[in-house]
Amino acid sequence: MNVSTILAPSPHLRSSATIETAMYGVIMALLPATAVGFYYFGLNAFRVTAVSILGCLFFEGFVLKMRGRDLVPLRDGSALLTGLLLAMNLPSGTPWWMVLVGAGVAIGLGKQVFGGLGYNPFNPALVARVFLLISFPVAMTSWPEPSPFSMSFDAVTKATPLGAMKTSLLMNGNVGEAADMGLMGPFLGNVGGCLGEVSALALLIGGVILLARKIITWHIPVSYFATVIGMTGAFWLLDPQRYAPPTFHLVTGGLMLGAFFMATDYVTSPVTSSGMLIFGVGCGVITVLIRLFGGYPEGVSFAILLMNAATPIIDRYTRPRVFGYPAGREARS
Amino acid sequence: MEKPFRGGVHPDDSKHTRNEPVRPLEPAGLLILSLSQHIGAPSRPLVSSGDRVLKYQPLATPGGFVSVGLHAPTSGTVKGIEPSPHPSGRFVTAIVLEPDGLDEPMEPAGPGDPNLERGPAAWKEIVRDAGIVGMGGAAFPTHVKLSPPEEKPIEVVVANGVECEPFLTADHRLMVESADVIVSGLALAMEMVGAKKGIVAIEANKPDAAQAMREANLPAGVEVKVLPVMYPQGAEKQLIKALIGREVPTGGLPMDVGAVVQNVGTLAAIDAAVMRGVPLVERVMTLGGTLPNGPGNYMVTLGTPLSHVVENTGGLNGPVSRLINGGPMMGLALSGLESPVTKGTSGLLAFGPGDLRVPRQRACVRCGSCVRVCPASLMPHTLGSLVEWQLFDQLKEFCIGDCIECGCCTFTCPADRNLVQFIRQGKAELLSSGRK
Repeated sequence: MNVSTILAPSPHLRSSATIETAMYGVIMALLPATAVGFYYFGLNAFRVTAVSILGCLFFEGFVLKMRGRDLVPLRDGSALLTGLLLAMNLPSGTPWWMVLVGAGVAIGLGKQVFGGLGYNPFNPALVARVFLLISFPVAMTSWPEPSPFSMSFDAVTKATPLGAMKTSLLMNGNVGEAADMGLMGPFLGNVGGCLGEVSALALLIGGVILLARKIITWHIPVSYFATVIGMTGAFWLLDPQRYAPPTFHLVTGGLMLGAFFMATDYVTSPVTSSGMLIFGVGCGVITVLIRLFGGYPEGVSFAILLMNAATPIIDRYTRPRVFGYPAGREARS
Repeated sequence: MEKPFRGGVHPDDSKHTRNEPVRPLEPAGLLILSLSQHIGAPSRPLVSSGDRVLKYQPLATPGGFVSVGLHAPTSGTVKGIEPSPHPSGRFVTAIVLEPDGLDEPMEPAGPGDPNLERGPAAWKEIVRDAGIVGMGGAAFPTHVKLSPPEEKPIEVVVANGVECEPFLTADHRLMVESADVIVSGLALAMEMVGAKKGIVAIEANKPDAAQAMREANLPAGVEVKVLPVMYPQGAEKQLIKALIGREVPTGGLPMDVGAVVQNVGTLAAIDAAVMRGVPLVERVMTLGGTLPNGPGNYMVTLGTPLSHVVENTGGLNGPVSRLINGGPMMGLALSGLESPVTKGTSGLLAFGPGDLRVPRQRACVRCGSCVRVCPASLMPHTLGSLVEWQLFDQLKEFCIGDCIECGCCTFTCPADRNLVQFIRQGKAELLSSGRK
């Protein structure tokens, strides 16, 4: 009998889930939002997306080579996903070189400097976005107006709903027209904003795909949304003149994109269900505080990055009670 | 049905041989009867090379309390007592027996009914002397489990017919075909430990087995419970949690929560020993996987080389890339078919190249799926990383000793990390450094 066997340790069966299925699954789920971005922002959106993805793949390969590693991780989909997410987080008018700088920061400083996929404490795309926001504040807050099927690289700029609200609040002391603009625009995506964040509907579809395919669990998005709704609702009830209704906060800005696609990043979010709930609540609280009281109209990126920093300690204090240990006792022997 | 215990995974059950009745196998020309077919001290030989022995004749005696004896499965001549192939991959001392084909039993074959009058204490001795061990795979000496100290009263004996490992159907068929024998063994075990309650636990993918057990002559206090299909439900502690909602405390045993768990095959063996005086010399095993030409369930004489099992059931239909002694989740990979069937051999699985996904280990992406599936509520990804980084000092803080090595974490890991293997390594490191 011809026997030449593999002496691998048990278990000999493996589930079909791989890093690739997760990464490409998230990419698939982002396609509706990407399509809406292309639809409203035209060639510019395409240009930003292409430069971002190609830039991230290039820097991933470049740094891997510099580190003397093989290029296999290029195929795991993580650099591609970072590129797509970064693009989603940029205004469609961002110049190509700025996108490229962002890609370099995302992969170099956000990821590879820590050792690559799995070791980065912060979401790489958000590191790049915040880096660009601080370095190039004007370019990063110039929002081209949506114009369906535009084939031109020129565009008129327009404020985001959150930006308009903040301006009105500063100038007039009330939320002004922003909150009355109706929810249909931000729901479908016909507003100013980063190219991937404008359509709450497309992001919601993506989020449902992620949940249905069990790529993410409900804990982070639901606790994030619930916190935003609860807090903004409370302020709105107190003073509807100064605070927009929770429905407005839910569909505007980067909340949907952040809650479904950025806050749920495996590497930088907690591993336990209770940890994820705490993480989502934390993201919600910081987002609302920045939106209502901070210097920026939007706070999703900062909120997620700050909570990324808290992830290790959340993990530490949300360890489940080990089987066979008394309740309430720290799971230590 | 509700989730019976925390964690667990749901691999495709692949019970392809579920409808194959148990068939006896042609005896082999040479039997390798290892002195280590159980956990604990090896048994001590009572015969020497050249002796003629009769069927059921004791060949070896227990080597300690946690040990059992060994008996001749048929009549024949002892060819030697020598290091021989063992499923562990090592060579272990075994009594090599050449059957004479007469199958001549000892006279009388067994004491029979008089035993019943001798009572539970005597039965435990019979169980030990009959060489009975847990037949679910772990091969822990059965009489030890049946001898709880007085301060630990036993309320319930569980007949473990869960068989949660994919592919294995030996227990399934035994329940379908020999339900009465199992029930009788369960009644004996209940009397031996003084339990008033008995539970026959079966997963929902074996409705015919549950039916057969229900129709068997169930004594008072015994019920059949059907559980949702979920690996590793057959693990003692998870099973007890699923059935009676109690958690065996860390470092403890089922008897600490008033339970004793016995595999259904073990119970059948107890019945054979006490009621008929027949020691453990054969068992049911599943031959499965993608390669065997004659997949099925076979009644096999202990000591039969696995090669004999394969060859006498039609051989294999292609090149082998993986042989597994036991189930695919916890079974041991074999380098060849030289080793024999032992008391713990629940199955032999053979797979060809391409049948099983070959994993390529990568860095942890902290997805948390191992945490979600761990039935012991551990943090397998953390344990794995601590071992990888050789931070052995922290392993105890993360309760490495509570890992039951079921493999759910490795099964589910999208980064293909060999988490169980890391944990075994970590446990070994703690043991060797005396820190445990």
